[in-house]
Amino acid sequence: MINNNETDKKLNDPNLSDEVKSNIRKDIEISQDSGYSETYSSEPLNLYDKNDFHLFLQRETSKTHPVMSLKTLDELLEKDQQREKDGFPKKIRIGKVLKPTKDKKGKVVVVPTTTEPKFMHDESVTEEEEEGSTGGSGEGEEGEVVEEQPIRPEGEEGEGAGAGQGEGGEHDFAQEAYDLGKVLTEKFKLPNLKIKGRKRSFTKYVYNLTDKHEEFGQLLDKKSTVLNILKSNIAYSQIKEAQTIDPSELVFNPKDRIYRIMSREKDYESQAIVFFIRDYSGSMSGKPTDVITQQHLLIYSWLSYQYRNNVETRFIVHDTSAKEVENFHTYYSYQVAGGTYIYPAFELSNEIIEKEQLARDYNIYIFYGTDGDDWEENGENMIEAVKKNLRYTNRIGFTVAKNNWSRGKTIVENNIESSGLLKNKPELIRIDSLQAEEATEDRIIEGIRNLVSEKQEA
Amino acid sequence: MELISQRTKRIMEECKVRARDAGLRFEDDSLEYIVSNRDMIELSPKGMIPTLYDYWINDVEVLKNKGVYKLYPNNPFETVINTRPAISYYNDNNPDWMNIMIFYHVLAHIDLFQNNLFFEDTWDYNFADKALADKRLIDNYRREYGRWVDYIIEFSRGINNLVGFFNKLTDKQYQRELDPSKPIEFYFEIFLQEIKKVPEHVIYDEIDHYNETIRKNPQMGESIFFSNIKRKYPEFDATYSRYDEEQHKQKDLMQYIMDNSPFLNKEQNRWMKSVMEIVRETALYFEPQIRTKTINEGWASYWHDQLFMMDDRISGNESAYAKLNAMVTSVSRVGLNPYAIGLRLFHYIERLADQGKLEYKFHKIHDIITRNRYDERLGKGKEAIFKVREIFSDFTLFNTFIDQDFVDEYNLFVAGKQLNEEKGVNEYYVKSRKAEDYKNMLINNMYHPPVIEVNEDKTNEENLYLIHRFEGKQLYKDFIPETLIGLEYLWGGNVQLETTEIVKKRPRLNEQKPKLDFRRVLYSVEDRKVSKETL
Repeated sequence: MINNNETDKKLNDPNLSDEVKSNIRKDIEISQDSGYSETYSSEPLNLYDKNDFHLFLQRETSKTHPVMSLKTLDELLEKDQQREKDGFPKKIRIGKVLKPTKDKKGKVVVVPTTTEPKFMHDESVTEEEEEGSTGGSGEGEEGEVVEEQPIRPEGEEGEGAGAGQGEGGEHDFAQEAYDLGKVLTEKFKLPNLKIKGRKRSFTKYVYNLTDKHEEFGQLLDKKSTVLNILKSNIAYSQIKEAQTIDPSELVFNPKDRIYRIMSREKDYESQAIVFFIRDYSGSMSGKPTDVITQQHLLIYSWLSYQYRNNVETRFIVHDTSAKEVENFHTYYSYQVAGGTYIYPAFELSNEIIEKEQLARDYNIYIFYGTDGDDWEENGENMIEAVKKNLRYTNRIGFTVAKNNWSRGKTIVENNIESSGLLKNKPELIRIDSLQAEEATEDRIIEGIRNLVSEKQEA
Repeated sequence: MELISQRTKRIMEECKVRARDAGLRFEDDSLEYIVSNRDMIELSPKGMIPTLYDYWINDVEVLKNKGVYKLYPNNPFETVINTRPAISYYNDNNPDWMNIMIFYHVLAHIDLFQNNLFFEDTWDYNFADKALADKRLIDNYRREYGRWVDYIIEFSRGINNLVGFFNKLTDKQYQRELDPSKPIEFYFEIFLQEIKKVPEHVIYDEIDHYNETIRKNPQMGESIFFSNIKRKYPEFDATYSRYDEEQHKQKDLMQYIMDNSPFLNKEQNRWMKSVMEIVRETALYFEPQIRTKTINEGWASYWHDQLFMMDDRISGNESAYAKLNAMVTSVSRVGLNPYAIGLRLFHYIERLADQGKLEYKFHKIHDIITRNRYDERLGKGKEAIFKVREIFSDFTLFNTFIDQDFVDEYNLFVAGKQLNEEKGVNEYYVKSRKAEDYKNMLINNMYHPPVIEVNEDKTNEENLYLIHRFEGKQLYKDFIPETLIGLEYLWGGNVQLETTEIVKKRPRLNEQKPKLDFRRVLYSVEDRKVSKETL
């Protein structure tokens, strides 16, 4: 242990900063149960014992794991906050690790993650027209396709972003998204949502063959029936311990029959439905797509938390035409395609909402991601389609992740602004525009805040 | 973390005897530990060195890896570190036959660590000890300077991939005794020609004079010659020592900053330089490992296979071994496996040398049929592969031995990736079966940090000016600002970085992919604000 008097003196030194003092205290704490403590017991050790340290250095050997006393996440986050005070950018981010499973549900673990910035080569942009050459072996002519892989390699880990299954009932992902949403809300101070009064959590009834009934009903429950027969036969002493059962000897009482019967069940329905729509045209390749998908994933997580997991999702991608895709994974991993018309996407969402009468039961959110390009220069059709959607939605959020060649306002921004929607319906529609190349995680989260906050920020 | 059992250790010792008989060379002592998965996860951000200095970012990494492990529980069979004695970690108590295979594999790794010339700098000390001393020093600093120690570590690590590993290496291998003494070289090559600009005949006269002086008095000749020079040119000594100093300046960016940063050289900041030096030396220690991955795994796979098959202790487990070995060393249909390529290269080189195809005589033959049939039965295979393990790195290995015969024999190809939109899959196709392409693909996939140099003309106390030598790849943009902010702190003034960026041009309507444009840009950081301008 560190000499007490000396330490006390040092700790009382008024010149020392609090940080240094707490370091000293921590040292003392650690040295008391680990490390190479300075005292050594006078007890003689066995000659054949492990005692080099004792004899030669007059120290006790390390008792704890030599690896280290690891810091906890809280300590690390505290350290990160201190960085900000010292004027350096924060380092810890939220990462997700995804593992797709056979039933397509996918498991996700949320982890803290960080990078160590260095000057290093960016392999993704090279003079070669094609990226991702690797080795291979075996038969095959040049040009022949030898293997196929789903677009995202399985098991890829993402930082910040990441693929995942988006549908409601899948517990694993939902739970993790919920956790992530909680962290987002608390650590990144995203606003808590005011859920609109008109669509409270409500209960609906479904009818199902779930109740059991003796002697009659719609469907014989064989398993329960067999169990009952066995019970009865044990009571009749037809079945004895340690004897093989001969089914032909069993007595059958008609009263043992168990049936399933139709019954009314309560079913809790989701409160919110979110449409994620994104442009996947040629110009979106690379950074803009990354930014949009990452932001949409975070929004989904945040809504999951806000709606206590009662969130359903729909995904639409568009180039010159729009289509719905089944889950977040596909949405996230769809590669770029042709040109850009935005209006078909909003027409499609409108059609879905009307056809399925979603407006009656759900709080509806639409988040749309683009690089700001639209071949429809004046945007009439787009504005028209958006307006239709606005009749139903709680919020439409536009994210414009601009390519580096875009300076100033993009077509989409101009069209939305000139439509006057932002001024007339600030509670229903928001737009956030950022340079995709420069978008950090903090900027993306900041963007969410712009899109979802109750009050329009200046 | 505990040592392997006495019984297993006996198996290891037995393996050592057989490995030595086969020609492998390594020190007697080695330490083997059984570690838990948790230990592995906690050690891996420290490069498996248990005594490495603590750094909070490593702790974040540990937390992350624990999460990853939940989804992807996977354990390496072994990990070896290049310390004295060499330490190897094992995941569990494996069955004996498997231990025999793994131990041979480990011994071959140790053999490479202790004989490959790229590791020469790590031979004279035990890194685990040095790391412990460093760790204690850093702990002490932390007590005194608090979190600022961590900032110094962080900013130093921002450029620790730019350490001058090769500067140091060439220095070590260079045989100075072959050169004339340095002052002599300076006198004739630079002093007379460039500084004094004397006419040519004077130089010839001087050379004659020098040779004669040496002939007359081999021992003292040089000093007699120099005393004459000094009489003639009193400024010679001073000029020489200035030149000599300049010559030693071949330093990496970290050293340059340590030597020249006005901030670090303030009395109260000197401790920062020792922290930087620790980070730098740690990075240097890991350098040879990064550059010998394929050769190292190939070598180890070669020997575990050779030695295992000769080992009589394993009879009965051949099929279990075959399965495991195939898992480790098979070439995949698509993808790169350093074990597999390395192993095949060693087999290939061994056969070439056995047939005499590495001899000069063979290279003079142009006739394809004669070349194919050529077999001198020289039996020099083993000798050749031991030479390769001694003097080659991954780069030189690929660059020297990947040829069309190798690519054809193992049916290798470069796999390209293309998107099939209809199926929603990435397709891998045979892009090329040319050796040149295959070699380039391997080399492109290798570790290659950028070259970033100080421009001394534009550098002064207030400004550090860096130039990135563009090699076809831009720097990873997201990392530039933060790295620069770190450098600004270390320099105590503005920092500028000149680099080339690849910019996507806006695609026309009928174009699928955007065209690329190259742009020379200058990043500047001032008061932690980073700006960028096009040059």
